[in-house]
Amino acid sequence: MAVIQFQHVDRVFHQNGKDFVALKGINLEVNDREFVAVVGPSGCGKTTCMRMAAGLEHPTGGHVKVDNEIVTRPGPDRAVVFQAFALFPWKTVWDNIEFGLRSLGVEAGERRRRIEQIIELMGLGGYEHTYPHQLSGGMQQRVAIARAYVLDPKVLLMDEPFGALDAQTRVVMQEELVRLARKNPRTVLFITHAVEEAVYLADRIVVMSRRPGTIREIIDVKTVREAEDWDQHKRIEDVMDLASFVHLRTHVWKLLREQQLGDQH
Amino acid sequence: MIAPPLPAAPFWRLTAAGAISFLALWSAVALSGITARAFMPAPWDVVARFGELLVRPFAGYVLHEHLLSSLQRFGMGFCLAVLVGIPLGLLMAWFKWVDRIVTPAFEAVRFVAPIAWVPFAALWFGTGIGGPVLIIFMGAFPPVLINTYRGAKQVDRKYIEASQMLGASAWRGMTEVLLPAAVPSIVAGLRISAGLGWQSLVGAELIVASSGVGYLMVKGQASVSTATVMCGMVAIGVVGLLIDVALRRVQASIERRRGI
Repeated sequence: MAVIQFQHVDRVFHQNGKDFVALKGINLEVNDREFVAVVGPSGCGKTTCMRMAAGLEHPTGGHVKVDNEIVTRPGPDRAVVFQAFALFPWKTVWDNIEFGLRSLGVEAGERRRRIEQIIELMGLGGYEHTYPHQLSGGMQQRVAIARAYVLDPKVLLMDEPFGALDAQTRVVMQEELVRLARKNPRTVLFITHAVEEAVYLADRIVVMSRRPGTIREIIDVKTVREAEDWDQHKRIEDVMDLASFVHLRTHVWKLLREQQLGDQH
Repeated sequence: MIAPPLPAAPFWRLTAAGAISFLALWSAVALSGITARAFMPAPWDVVARFGELLVRPFAGYVLHEHLLSSLQRFGMGFCLAVLVGIPLGLLMAWFKWVDRIVTPAFEAVRFVAPIAWVPFAALWFGTGIGGPVLIIFMGAFPPVLINTYRGAKQVDRKYIEASQMLGASAWRGMTEVLLPAAVPSIVAGLRISAGLGWQSLVGAELIVASSGVGYLMVKGQASVSTATVMCGMVAIGVVGLLIDVALRRVQASIERRRGI
């Protein structure tokens, strides 16, 4: 069943009296508990897609639906993990994670139980009462993921969540997210420009074209992953060595490269 | 070229040198006989008068009672300005329509100097507590409102989006996102507003009060006691400085906790 639906979505920006077509004719369905990664050259409108599903922006044509309802505004059923973390600097780790649960009206005892559980799961034990600025980038992003995950949202929207992290932290976070996603699958729309990250994490990859952003191709990774049993490997580098992984990665790379070349004419 | 920062010790010495030069100049003028000592008392005359005012009532009360009465009015007017200014500033930053309604009236009213409210206050409240409170409110309110509004408007968009996607109501958005984010700007506004409020209060007491430091000074003028008037000025200056130092402490501790 499709949880997120993009139906003939267009997005036109008006700037200095001119129209810029950012997205054109986007049709995409993300199924229940499916992890879909969107990759594309910068400026292709992939972040705009995520923001429209979140209700932070609106299409100028077509509809974005979540659970068969047209998205009109942001809400806790569509939790977002931002690239810039966007943790509240004046709240502790605990209070940041609790913020959304309070909006949902979850009672105190249940809030405590859920927060303790997610803190354990995300390896944040001992940091409950620290402030975001006292944490490293990687730890901050764990808190941001915990803050979204704890709501048990219908969909998780992630906008280049590891883009601001250093290479090593990034790898650790990717492995953790895979662990989390396989153990506790959610409907995820994941925006990235990193091809390997997309192949490693996603069930399907949506490759977008340059502006105006359109869907170039949708690639099924899950079938390959399950057939080749990638998940038996704990480490990302072992998965990245597999022939099937390399094959998919190269395929996505070529599609993106064509977009770059198209730009040079 | 930028001069390297001075070490702390000579800096203090300069401050002391400034104060001593000022007092020396004052003493010289007072002793020179250019004017009668009654019109230009020496620093020690003022200190002596200060001691007298602390024990012997003048204009109905001793000096610290006058001060207490001034501080009481200041406290009321200042608190009222804070209680109205902060919520209104947050509402204006969150709801565009509130901004549209309030801004034109506010922009016009804030050009009426606090002292210009004195005749109005006298008509409405006579010498009751309402007059000075209204005047200090008019002095203290604009900086609180402006700084709350600007601070809240400058909050990084990502925090507002985060609160929205986490389902926060307008109330929680204002109290848990805008307010804490705007706190450094609000405290800076409180400092300006306390300064303006304290200044306008004493101005108000010159006209619409029957106690307070301003009233003491008017009575001092009536009995041609320059020393009394100067004691009032010193008291105003010192208390104003103390209020500012206290708020500066608050500001510094908030900035330290935020890791700014």
